[in-house]
Amino acid sequence: MTTTTSPEANGTVLSLSGVSKRFGAVQALKDIELDVRAGEVVALVGDNGAGKSTLVKTIAGVYGPDEGHMHFDGKAVNVTSPAEAQHLGIATVFQDLALCDNLDVVANLFLGRELKHGRALDEVEMERQSWQLLRQLSAKIPSVRIPVASLSGGQRQTVAIARSLLGEPKVVMLDEPTAALGVAQTAEVLNLVERLREHGLGVILISHNMADVMAVADRVAVLRLGRNNGVFQVSQTSSQDIIAAITGATSNPVSQRAARRTPQENPPQENS
Amino acid sequence: MSTSSEPMQTQTETEELPSALPADLQDERLIASRGWRGAVSVFTSRLRSGDLGSLPVIIGLIVIWGVFQALNPDFLSARNLVNLTLQSAAIGTISIGIVLVLLLGEIDLSVGSVSGLAAAIMGVGWVQHGWPLGLAVLAGLLTGTVVGLFYGGLYTRFGVPSFVITLAGLLGFLGLQLYVLGAEGSLNLPFTSPLVKFASQAFLPAGVAYLVVLLVVLAYVASRMASRRRRAAAGLSTVPTGMLVARAVGLAVVLAVPVAVLNQDRGVSWMFILFVALVVVMDLALRRTSWGRSVMAVGGNVEAARRSGINVRGIYLSVFALCSTFAALGGILAAGRLAAVNQSSGGGDTNLNAIAAAVIGGTSLFGGRGSAYSALLGIIVIQSISSGLSLLNLDSSIRFMVTGAVLLLAVTIDSLSRRSRVAHGRA
Repeated sequence: MTTTTSPEANGTVLSLSGVSKRFGAVQALKDIELDVRAGEVVALVGDNGAGKSTLVKTIAGVYGPDEGHMHFDGKAVNVTSPAEAQHLGIATVFQDLALCDNLDVVANLFLGRELKHGRALDEVEMERQSWQLLRQLSAKIPSVRIPVASLSGGQRQTVAIARSLLGEPKVVMLDEPTAALGVAQTAEVLNLVERLREHGLGVILISHNMADVMAVADRVAVLRLGRNNGVFQVSQTSSQDIIAAITGATSNPVSQRAARRTPQENPPQENS
Repeated sequence: MSTSSEPMQTQTETEELPSALPADLQDERLIASRGWRGAVSVFTSRLRSGDLGSLPVIIGLIVIWGVFQALNPDFLSARNLVNLTLQSAAIGTISIGIVLVLLLGEIDLSVGSVSGLAAAIMGVGWVQHGWPLGLAVLAGLLTGTVVGLFYGGLYTRFGVPSFVITLAGLLGFLGLQLYVLGAEGSLNLPFTSPLVKFASQAFLPAGVAYLVVLLVVLAYVASRMASRRRRAAAGLSTVPTGMLVARAVGLAVVLAVPVAVLNQDRGVSWMFILFVALVVVMDLALRRTSWGRSVMAVGGNVEAARRSGINVRGIYLSVFALCSTFAALGGILAAGRLAAVNQSSGGGDTNLNAIAAAVIGGTSLFGGRGSAYSALLGIIVIQSISSGLSLLNLDSSIRFMVTGAVLLLAVTIDSLSRRSRVAHGRA
């Protein structure tokens, strides 16, 4: 987490330093440091109220930070609106996805930036590019001409992520993309996250699910009570360490529960 | 995929080459829907899932026409049908605007009053103040636009529900109409003026009407062919030639038969042509422009539309303005047909018929679903009921009750099909 003098040297696309945000008397974020490199998945974890959403919204330009600096592509930037963040190349997929159920996949992908053929919409080109994009992501969408309402949760998430990629971003932030998804659909979305990494994008993944985090993330940044509470390389750490950092103690409800369950699980297995 | 028909068998043999299939049909879970059988199965599965579109209103229209024809053989006579087109045009034009606001999930209850106000301003300016007719009509139309912008401004700035804004407008603009008309409250428009002639006596010569049908069919085929070429070039699936020909023939029949029937009497009226042309233009604007796409998006999910960078406020303003402008145009056409403007212009059942027509035609009250054609289909249903009942010498008491029942039926079908769409994942 040391701030490098030349961020491009190690491929850092997004770098935050000393970011703070207050809401009235509440210090939501304090001196946050975060680096995201190209082709890297950084998981952002923390308990409820740790400041994950505030941090995401600050990066996405929904809130302006009170203090601190943000560097994007090596340049100091000051993002004041979501449109500006998108223009820079920071795409955000919020948890509610914001899709129009009554429109088909093509219409949703190109919503607000439709391609035109003369005055009219260029449906053919939009459909061609939609397929191209979905193929790149190896996404499983049966047809792009069906209303988004008829897609499964994972497919809807895919459409939302694919839409964020149309602006050719460098960093994609995913806010709990696997919440409320089934087992297979979660795996599909995690594959998609890996696909984003292969394409050289920096990915910030917000998740409560330790299994997902350990499965796809390269590094895990832990937030606790609005402050950094450690950055872990996934390859050199265990989920216990991360949970300890999230809760702020090695003895926490998760570890206590795990300790309670281990001896109790054995007797019934012997009986059966 | 290999289970459907002979051409598909050859596709399975070349499975190693995915490019042999169009880009949009490569997913292995996609149920093959190519050729004739495919088209039929897509259609039936859409119906079963509750995506009814215009089908209920077309069936309803056939039933209504059948019943009235059985009760009175004059109902489907060329003469009565020509009258039907003349009666439909004005309120149908108002109904186009209602379709637009319904697509946003909003409502405009004041279209009747606004149509009356526009007619009053046009009439007073033209007849009493001696303005040129064109200027008077323009003033009437602009009145509508200003009213719509006022509604849109109130809605977007203060968030007042459109129901309440337009309810206030219903009263307020009725008052303004009476004020503009002054003490006498009634004006006759000159019978020989172009407006009155246009609205009641101007018909297309038979040959010209057929020529228009021919041109429309040719334009349809040309645009389909162009789109087919572009889809093929982009590696996407295309409509088979046979299906294209069938659709073109179908369109030709749907257009030519009514024209032939109307031509047995006075013919196709210019006012009806204007109304149908406006419906077609609005349909193209809704389906083929980014403005229309934005309207549908706002009607489907405002928040999603806003986050996609759509100018949501601009969409609301433009739709409210268009709705009131269509109302004003409808009021002016109605005044031309009556050759008079009076205190009851735009009153009575104008308002409710215009709103009912949009809903009966199949535009959902829940926003984001519907088509400009529902104004055309809906108003023909309403005027058919009205015309059929008056041929049977039944007065407006029965007419109101029957129209009310049909409206209730249409809204029930809308709600049921919405529920079914949710269940089938097509909401």
